[in-house]
Amino acid sequence: MREHVLPGDAACPGCPIPIGLKTVAAAFNGNAVLVIPACCTSVVVGTYPYSSLKMNIVHTPFASSASVASGLREALKQRGLEDTQVIVWAGDGGTADIGMASLSGAAERNEDIIYIMYDNEAYMNTGIQRSSSTPIKAWTTTTPVYGKSEPKKDVARIMIAHNVPYVATASIAYPQDLYQKLKKAQEIRGFRFIQLHSPCPVGWRFDASKTVEVARLAVETGMWILYEYFDNKLRVSGPSMPVIKEGKIKPIEDYIKIQRRFSNINGEGILEIQRMRDNNIEWIKKLL
Amino acid sequence: MSSKNINKKVLSGNHSVAYGVKLSKASVISAYPITPQTAIIEKLSEFVERGELKARIIKVESEHSALAATFGAALGGARAFTATSSHGLLYMHEWLHWVSRSRIPVVMAIVTRTIGLPWNIWPDHSDYMDQRDTGWIMTFGMDNQEVLDLTLQAFKLSEDPDIYLPVIVGLEGFVLGGTYMPVILPDEREAEDFVGERAQPYTIDPKNPIAIGNMTLPEGTEEMFMDMQKSMMNVYKKAKEIDSEYGKIFGRSYGGLTACYKCEDAKYMMVTMGAWSGDAIEAVNVLRSEGYPVGLLRVRYFRPMPTEDYKKYLFNSKMTIVFDRSISYGSTGSIYQDVISSLHLASSKINVVHNVIAGIGGVDMTLKDFYEIFRSFLKQYESGDESNKVVWYHKGVMNNFSFE
Repeated sequence: MREHVLPGDAACPGCPIPIGLKTVAAAFNGNAVLVIPACCTSVVVGTYPYSSLKMNIVHTPFASSASVASGLREALKQRGLEDTQVIVWAGDGGTADIGMASLSGAAERNEDIIYIMYDNEAYMNTGIQRSSSTPIKAWTTTTPVYGKSEPKKDVARIMIAHNVPYVATASIAYPQDLYQKLKKAQEIRGFRFIQLHSPCPVGWRFDASKTVEVARLAVETGMWILYEYFDNKLRVSGPSMPVIKEGKIKPIEDYIKIQRRFSNINGEGILEIQRMRDNNIEWIKKLL
Repeated sequence: MSSKNINKKVLSGNHSVAYGVKLSKASVISAYPITPQTAIIEKLSEFVERGELKARIIKVESEHSALAATFGAALGGARAFTATSSHGLLYMHEWLHWVSRSRIPVVMAIVTRTIGLPWNIWPDHSDYMDQRDTGWIMTFGMDNQEVLDLTLQAFKLSEDPDIYLPVIVGLEGFVLGGTYMPVILPDEREAEDFVGERAQPYTIDPKNPIAIGNMTLPEGTEEMFMDMQKSMMNVYKKAKEIDSEYGKIFGRSYGGLTACYKCEDAKYMMVTMGAWSGDAIEAVNVLRSEGYPVGLLRVRYFRPMPTEDYKKYLFNSKMTIVFDRSISYGSTGSIYQDVISSLHLASSKINVVHNVIAGIGGVDMTLKDFYEIFRSFLKQYESGDESNKVVWYHKGVMNNFSFE
């Protein structure tokens, strides 16, 4: 993995992004172009003339990474470079919010690209402002007193509604699972979407050594469910099996209490989060 | 003149652009429909679906994405094109900066249309002028033939290693875009040879990874912007060379950054850009027949600013009238600003230069209007008033907006 993701990036301590990038680099052996809109990764990959990635990187304005990838894919195809993966690597803001129209457009055209939304659940690069992917009740600098009043937008579900060939959710706590999903995506042509849950120690207010632990707790408490959707079927992935199939589920407090972004939450708030989680699990079960 | 199969067609301005793109062998086109640009993308779609042009048209969900996809394609090594108008262009504006700063050659047609509100589909130059400082080379045609010829020249210029900047081909919506006139189509093979192989400063290559647009320190950014300015200055020479080469192959050349009409012995000058130059030229003819030594300088390249031509043709003009079809509110027209600053680069003492803002929102300007404006200013000049005037000409009335 060190072949493509080099030491000396500009990530914060405990940042989930390098974990994700290493898995992507490993899955495609570096034969990829990363299209990156404004997001933490714009900074993480380092300052010109240096780069912490030994892969092609194309930085783009915020709203348009899926469109840039569409044009790039076509040009590479015309040059016979079909095997080079064109991958959008975008945060939740550039995906769920400002980038939604171009994402939807590229999905509707079934462009032959892989879109990875690394979901750290707020605008972390500008200093922890809420995004539509921020969960309900979470503190951010623009939801500073009561926490976010709306539930998290479910982008993976929106992408399923686009009838694209492949949609998956993943977590940086389970790189093997992500790796397999990337490999699966590699076998498929057309639009592929992966939403990668990526806890941010700075924005979520937890200790930088606990990134993977927090990400794992999200899965174990059913707050984040790992699945794949292709051939019109939804398949729950290994790490989420105990939650969905066996009902083995940890209390959400285990996940919430470890992050200070939920520190103002009361009993009613916890119940509300729990209801969101239970509805999500019900939705998954209906599709099984 | 090429002897082979002179192919003459009656084409609209929009279709002339489409033929120019086809002859330039663009292989990725991305655009979003907007009046009055739509006919370009419709015609190109027809070429592609009929198999006459080997290209993919990426039918995006917005203009913002249209230029983004064009950029992506160009970055990947394809000759890429887009077109838009008015609000589509404004929506795209962020991307114009991004493309020029990447130094990736692309060509875009701007079929100009006024900006709302109110809703108005008629042409002026407001949308075009809003792109003034984006780092694109900005050209503007006067008729459908020139628009086609400019399109081919634009690709060649954009892909010149001394330039590597994106190029705009401007034309007014409806006045040219939707109006038909006979156009000579260059021979396909000769056009292909003229434009040449696709060239760009760098390309995405899986074997040699590069990072485009990484953060820089301030000095690095400024250095890149200075390089853009250097390349802009190279356009003076290159545009002329390309136009002259074009003339040798196809029998039509236009000069350089400007085209002059009866400038040599002129004592008074008019400056115009775009289709209404035709009406102004007719006014020049009438004025000449009445014994007034008038000439007309037509702007073909708005950016880079044709400073040398302004100096050469306007410095000795006793009275110059600059017509602008857009305004920088609270200031003057953009071409006027260029003319004044160019002349001041030659000397601090310059002759009378008036600015006429007109034709805004698609208001028609005829031979009669140009004629009467000239006569009115001439009368003033002959009465000994040598002050510069900035007027907004509306319904035959000169509304004085001079800064006195």
